[in-house]
Amino acid sequence: MSTHLHLAVALDGAGWHPAAWREPGARPTELLTPRYWVDLVQEAERGLLDLVTIEDGLSLQSTDRSGPDGRTDQVRGRLDAVQVAARVAPLTRSIGLVPTAVVTHTEPFHLSKAIATLDYVSTGRAGVRVKVSGSPAEAAHFGRRTLPELGSLDPADPQTQAALRELFDEAADWVEVLRRLWDSWEDDAEIRDVATGRFVDREKLHYIDFEGRSFSVKGPSITPRPPQGQPVVAALAHQAIPFELVGRSADLGFVTPADRADAGRVVGEVRAAQQAAGRAGETVHVWGDLVVFLDDDAATARARRERLDETAGAAYTSDALVFTGTPAELADLLTDWAAAGLTGYRLRPAALPHDLRQVTTGLVPELQRRGLFRTAYEADTLRGLLGLPRPANRYATV
Amino acid sequence: MTKQVHLAAHFPGVNNTTVWSDPAAGSHIEFGSFVRFAEAAERGKFDFLFLAEGLRLREQNGAIYDLDVVGRPDTFTVLAALAAVTEHLGLAGTINSTFNEPYEVARQFASLDHLSGGRAAWNVVTSWDAFTGENFRRGGFLAQDQRYERARTFLQTVTELLDSWRGDEVVADQQSGVFLADPDAGRFAHSDAHFDIAGRFDVPRSPQGRPVVFQAGDSEEGREFAASAADAIFSRHGTKEAGQAFYTDVKGRLEKYGRRREDLLILPAATFVIGDTDAEAAELAAEVRKQQVSGQTALRKLEEVWNRDLSGYDPDGPLPEVDPLVGEHTVAKGRASVRMNRDPLAVARDWREQAEAKGLSIRELMIEVSSRQNFIGSAATVAEQIDDLVQSDASDGFILVPHLTPGGLDPFVDAVVPLLQERGVYRTEYPGTTLRDNLGLPPLGAPA
Ligand SMILES: Cc1cc2nc3c(=O)[nH]c(=O)nc-3n(C[C@H](O)[C@H](O)[C@H](O)COP(=O)(O)O)c2cc1C
Repeated sequence: MSTHLHLAVALDGAGWHPAAWREPGARPTELLTPRYWVDLVQEAERGLLDLVTIEDGLSLQSTDRSGPDGRTDQVRGRLDAVQVAARVAPLTRSIGLVPTAVVTHTEPFHLSKAIATLDYVSTGRAGVRVKVSGSPAEAAHFGRRTLPELGSLDPADPQTQAALRELFDEAADWVEVLRRLWDSWEDDAEIRDVATGRFVDREKLHYIDFEGRSFSVKGPSITPRPPQGQPVVAALAHQAIPFELVGRSADLGFVTPADRADAGRVVGEVRAAQQAAGRAGETVHVWGDLVVFLDDDAATARARRERLDETAGAAYTSDALVFTGTPAELADLLTDWAAAGLTGYRLRPAALPHDLRQVTTGLVPELQRRGLFRTAYEADTLRGLLGLPRPANRYATV
Repeated sequence: MTKQVHLAAHFPGVNNTTVWSDPAAGSHIEFGSFVRFAEAAERGKFDFLFLAEGLRLREQNGAIYDLDVVGRPDTFTVLAALAAVTEHLGLAGTINSTFNEPYEVARQFASLDHLSGGRAAWNVVTSWDAFTGENFRRGGFLAQDQRYERARTFLQTVTELLDSWRGDEVVADQQSGVFLADPDAGRFAHSDAHFDIAGRFDVPRSPQGRPVVFQAGDSEEGREFAASAADAIFSRHGTKEAGQAFYTDVKGRLEKYGRRREDLLILPAATFVIGDTDAEAAELAAEVRKQQVSGQTALRKLEEVWNRDLSGYDPDGPLPEVDPLVGEHTVAKGRASVRMNRDPLAVARDWREQAEAKGLSIRELMIEVSSRQNFIGSAATVAEQIDDLVQSDASDGFILVPHLTPGGLDPFVDAVVPLLQERGVYRTEYPGTTLRDNLGLPPLGAPA
């Protein structure tokens, strides 16, 4: 087992702080241009990061979880994350590309072929972060179902738990369909046998015949098995039911501990869920999510955060810990938490490109000095970078 | 006035015209094939690259069809990646209106348009069957007579979503702190028998405002849909007579929608075989046809009309004495050509007559009726034919379907394009930056 930490950045708009777009280095008029995204991901690749995630949702950004907020002082509008990843893929070589996909309203058949194709266009660097949507506003964009306002309900309330359970069970089904579709072509299904005139060996194509509670899917996929066999499936998880989804279905979980002790507890819960799902023998990464304000000295970072808060008119809060300080201080924290069992981190830059550059030119060299981070890409697929084997095909008989 | 020829390129794929057995045939999935193909199209100053779609693997006689290329990548993902390696080429994707939702498709095309700087196009197709529906969580399928009703309202809804941003809302003024000029940008509400949706669309207006819209069905309803709402038709009528009839018919339908003849381009699919001389090209074309229609392929194509398992027949023998089975088609599944075939008995009658008159076996007949190349000849001959068809209003140009991946376009681009340029009927530079510009379509006004 490598002692190296894994490192990702989470890209979203102008950064995670709502006032980030007003920073001097920001490019707020370019957020919908390909150049902007190519620049960011190429910067992350210069830092040898494992992967970038690209945030997405099926509604306009809002401070109100249940629907649009009518604000005009924050970044609004975004592009389809899978396409952003695809647009960047030919212009990068080694970094993993993990767009977000909302499972609650989309067709697993469509997403399965999209992520498989991302794997082809990136030659083996694709993943997907699956996201459940409990937003009634988002449901109204599809008009097929109504959802309770989870955001306004008490998370301990049994009704909320039941609604959450239903959404996450559906997400687990969705991932199961994705994975079966990726396996629905054996690797050597295309035979191009001129003698018999057969392009494929149909014995190596498989119906997935998925029957779940809320949907069924026949298969096989229309897209052959992707280069990695199974692209990497990631999920963000904050509590028990989502931890179970990570344990059951994901290769990579993003979690949001408040401190080292909490990190230990969370990792324990995910490992228990993994065990309960019969996956104890498989590698499932658990990475800590942190929002980061990074500068060469801590006072500058704090001042910047205060300035941003003042611009926004409110102190920034997040589901994840908000770290403010130097790359060296962050390296201390990451090292400390890793002892609790986290295998890596997904850093959410407070402001782009500033905090991304602090990661690539400050944090990464610091971790390298400590022998905790790679000095070159050592694999050419995302699974390879994550130490995940290329999985056997569940349908192959020999 | 001399009309300018439009050219586009259809990436070869899941059909028997694509010859996969040739030693020069490459992958239909690997991205490198798409890059090479797109580069040739852009070198030839083509308007766009076109991807077809199928949402379920074809089956025949209860088994997955294995004689043609099987498999294709996802449309949006390939096109977005191609945007990174091309500069001018339009990126046209076939996306079904039955197995998708307007909010999602609107944001996918708006995203593609942003990520390509205004080069997105949507070929709206309406396959509706339960066979395909089995791959979707909705399990949904439509009655045949609802396919265009849904397509029409789907396109209408997508247009409303795209028009929910005028294009001047994102100001992102760092000084004043105003990011959006309008707190209601993107607001929409649409309610009809198919969609009841409301909220705020999340992709600001893209360079083209909306993708260029193609239509590809051939029925009466399909033509009417195209005349009312499409910017271009991808048609099957590439010969002079059929092309002119189709052209006259469809362009004649425009006026009642308040549209002008130049608002809708007619672009038939066209295959080609080019040789140093006409004779050499003819020889090559005959070879290609044999590769496209093997004995087995001929029987399978016959089954598409006969709706019976014809495995027992000899492809080098005469047509079956039995008639096609009419009614629900059960033999060949997942084929648009089958869905379009409305009167199998009439087709069989016609084919029997042809076979009798010319003394053709099953395979010979299927070669005759199913794989005629549109353009066969030296580059000079082909350039002349294309020019003639366009000037005589058989079409406004062609969507070329080479039989080889990925290099199949090269002979055309290298030899025919320069001759069309010499004739003054084809561009030497891209005239604009967006696909709409390059197609010569009227610009969209800002939404009201
Ligand atoms: C030239 C041409 C190309 C087509 N390509 C596709 C395709 O790629 N995918 C698809 O599902 N249907 C395709 N179709 C089928 C039609 O779009 C449509 O779904 C079908 O023909 C039913 O409409 P109709 O009854 O008006 O013909 C194509 C049709 C034509 C004429």
